[in-house]
Amino acid sequence: MSRDYTKVINSINSIASKVYNDLESSEIPNLKLPTRTKSNIQFDDKLNVWKYGKNMTERSAKSLDGAYMMLRTMYMVDFIKDMIKANKSSTLREMYYISEGWDLAKFNSQPESDSLAEDLEVITSCMREDFKLRPEEDGARVIGNLTIEEMTRNKTKKKIHCQDDVGDSGYSIPYNVEPEKISFKGADADFILAIETGGMFDRLVENGFDTSNRAILVHLKGQPARSTRRFIKRLNEKEKLPVLVFTDCDPWSYRIFGSVAYGAIKTAHISEYLATPAAQYLGVTPSDIENYKLPTDKLTKEDINALKSELSDPRFQDSFWKHEIKLQLSLGKKSEQQALAKYGLDYVTDTYLPEKLAEMGIIKK
Amino acid sequence: MPEVIAHKLAEKQKEISVAEFFERNKHILGFGNPTRALLTSVKEGVDNVLDACEESGILPDIYVEIRNHEDGECKLIVEDNGPGIVKKQIPHIFGRLLYGSRFHAIQQSRGQQGIGISAVVLYGQLTTGKHAKVISKIQEDRPATVTELAIDTNKNRSEVINRDTMHWDKPSGTRFEVSIVADYKRGRRFVCEYLQSVSIVNPHAQITFKEPDGTEHLFERISDMLPRKSVEIKPHPYGVELGTLIKLAKNTKSRKLSSFLKSEFSSMGDRTTKAVCEKAQLDKDFNPKNMSREQFLALHKAFKKVKIMAPTTECLSPIGETLIKRSLKHETQEISPEFIVTASRPASVYSGNPFQIEVGIVYGGSLPKDKTVKLMRFANRVPLLYQQGDCVSTSAISSIDWRRYGLEQPSGKGIPSGPAMFLTHMSSTLIPFTSESKEAIADIPEIENEVKLAFRECARKVQSHINKKVRRVKTREKFELITKILPEIAKKSSKMLDKPVPSLDKVITKIMDVVWIEDIIEYETTSAKPAQSTLFDESSEKREEGWITKSTVMVVNYKNKPQKFNLYAVIPEDAVVGSVTPKPTKITDNYIKWNLDTIPPADKRDIYFELAGLDKEDFDENDLYVENINPSYVIGADKWEGD
Repeated sequence: MSRDYTKVINSINSIASKVYNDLESSEIPNLKLPTRTKSNIQFDDKLNVWKYGKNMTERSAKSLDGAYMMLRTMYMVDFIKDMIKANKSSTLREMYYISEGWDLAKFNSQPESDSLAEDLEVITSCMREDFKLRPEEDGARVIGNLTIEEMTRNKTKKKIHCQDDVGDSGYSIPYNVEPEKISFKGADADFILAIETGGMFDRLVENGFDTSNRAILVHLKGQPARSTRRFIKRLNEKEKLPVLVFTDCDPWSYRIFGSVAYGAIKTAHISEYLATPAAQYLGVTPSDIENYKLPTDKLTKEDINALKSELSDPRFQDSFWKHEIKLQLSLGKKSEQQALAKYGLDYVTDTYLPEKLAEMGIIKK
Repeated sequence: MPEVIAHKLAEKQKEISVAEFFERNKHILGFGNPTRALLTSVKEGVDNVLDACEESGILPDIYVEIRNHEDGECKLIVEDNGPGIVKKQIPHIFGRLLYGSRFHAIQQSRGQQGIGISAVVLYGQLTTGKHAKVISKIQEDRPATVTELAIDTNKNRSEVINRDTMHWDKPSGTRFEVSIVADYKRGRRFVCEYLQSVSIVNPHAQITFKEPDGTEHLFERISDMLPRKSVEIKPHPYGVELGTLIKLAKNTKSRKLSSFLKSEFSSMGDRTTKAVCEKAQLDKDFNPKNMSREQFLALHKAFKKVKIMAPTTECLSPIGETLIKRSLKHETQEISPEFIVTASRPASVYSGNPFQIEVGIVYGGSLPKDKTVKLMRFANRVPLLYQQGDCVSTSAISSIDWRRYGLEQPSGKGIPSGPAMFLTHMSSTLIPFTSESKEAIADIPEIENEVKLAFRECARKVQSHINKKVRRVKTREKFELITKILPEIAKKSSKMLDKPVPSLDKVITKIMDVVWIEDIIEYETTSAKPAQSTLFDESSEKREEGWITKSTVMVVNYKNKPQKFNLYAVIPEDAVVGSVTPKPTKITDNYIKWNLDTIPPADKRDIYFELAGLDKEDFDENDLYVENINPSYVIGADKWEGD
């Protein structure tokens, strides 16, 4: 199954050529790419997701940091080219360790090399997968009345039912969730519930919420990996099921919802692949803190700054978010999903979720 | 007949004894509690030695020992190599309160601090009942005298309890022993801090301190130069009080007001004398002895209305910028500070009293980053350890915005926080203390202003140092960029495309786009000349190592056009310039100037100069300036602002 990498190689070579030509014509080498910040994302009406705007950042060799970045870029594209030639692939972490041998061009930390890989995606309009780079297996989990057909290592197709064929820990989402790897073979459920914490996921599984309420439960595992977001998007489109996001009640959790529903700032160049515009936020909302009298913690300085930053985030400008964020700032408090246990272990499945789902019109009272 | 009340009162009225006076005022005199008493006793002893040695031109070797007895009693011993005291004077100096030679002189001295060594003797006597002992030797071939003495508190007279002679190895000197009630455990820190502070502002003194457990601390002498001898001057009209004026007039030998004014006051010439007499509407031929109180009052008022020249400042003996720097460097060795800057103001005057401010800043090293800056305050080379908040130096420092000098200071006021130590030294014929305890200098606008100006100057040096540091980092980065990273980028990209490696010269010039100045300073020892020594230093044959400071400055033109400009290197005033290449255009006390030849692009010039007369690391940072070139083109030097 060898695919054609000519386009990828060409775009990689074009980066090297740009730098080489700059040097040859006595120009300080520079590379341009869209600015990857909050201030440079805008809503794409056609795609219904948030994408990078027109602001460009210049990476120039005029400064030391810029020059280092450029040298690393050279090493990375050379490494990718070698992998394509040798028909190999590596994890982002492996690449980070390989860069240890790049002498002056080595990275100080893995986030740096991950971020440069993303830059390359943005510059070349290729995807990480085109570069033969993949993330660590992150094993986000799924339980629900859903059948998946997966292409196994032995190149045979295997059907997996996400209740009958899996244990309590559920079906583990692979890093590749494209049609060549998995396809959906029918689901009998009313909605998809994406859950931030493992503790809450396990609580719903133990209480049989997937059966009792006809739900497909997806564990987000904190800030969800690309594959988890892609999985939710494909499932939403294929099975036409509403997506509800259930997280803690703090600014970081709202960002998790943002990356699922609107597209993350870091990966806005591929939002149309990853975001599920139809996803809705279920809770826990700051209003829930008051309505359900939930146990709380005080907002930290970082929390408050993050909330204020969200008030100026173009993705959180609708009346729901403005109201909830302002309410939270005035309460000065945050809460967790598992705070619902205050009223007993079954409260979340017997009372909270049914009430919220009914309120949102997903199930009838 | 009713009893006359005055008679009744008279029965109760009697002279109070010095002991009673002392008992009532001991907090003001610095004996308020056993901790303070220990420090005050050490202080009186050491100050006495320093003043005596200075007056007689001897480099002081001071030995301080404290022996700790049970029941909170300590024995304090202070020994020196001073001139000694003649036998007959010993009881007066040690056994009588308010007796001294310097009390009336208008001259900078430590002695105007504190009440004197006799107070220590009295304190010891009152608290322990023991007598003080003084051993003194004034001449090489004579034995030392041993005097045991006490104070008769009713008469304020000393009582010699015992007198003896003994053999003493020293050529001359004095040893003073007294038993006092003191809290050594708590007072230890203050004593150490005090002795260290004394050592900073008296670099010519050597101090050894022996603790009760036998631990010895040595505060080394770092300069063989005695402080400049201060000269006694006459009072200045602006500073004289009415009472003093009348007293001077009663005692003068002059028969005429004009000659009285000219001979008894400083800065009074014919013209000012005439102006004063006219303003006071007094005949210049009046006999001053016959003048009325009203006439003195008019004269006193007239002084303030006439412009009179400031008094001469010969009476002051400042420490000097280089010596303060050297002292601070020596005493802060364990901290290994990043840099030390000092500034010295010209002498100035407040109400007729000459004074001079010197300040220093120690920055960085292991000084705590999150605490308020430590202030070290000195008056006439005596450390001020208490009442920091009331001192004019504190308020002057607090009113400067230190935030842009890399220190933290909420709202830009108050004592800043950060890894620094500030030193303030005021020299004056009369230090205006806020109170009798003499721990804080009063808030006088002229003084505050001078302290501020001095610290601003220091702060500018700090700023320039910080700029230099930033510049050095920038320079190092640029260098790394053009010599390492850029060639690698070229190599890698050409390898990927299978093309030859392009030439980088023009890109490098474009990236740098500056004239780049870099320098190094090295030191070399020399034993060619004997080190500085004073007339009184008997060991002057001993030759000491000297140091030559060698500074090399490299100028590279990384602009794409030829550059021609002038370069200035600022040098310390007390340095002697040795060999200089290329030939300088001008050498002054403060700088060396070169009109450099045109430097073509990518070309380099080396400039070299030597300085003598400085200690190692006295000059540890080049101060370079450029002229006739846009200063923003230059890394490594600032714009020359004129002499």
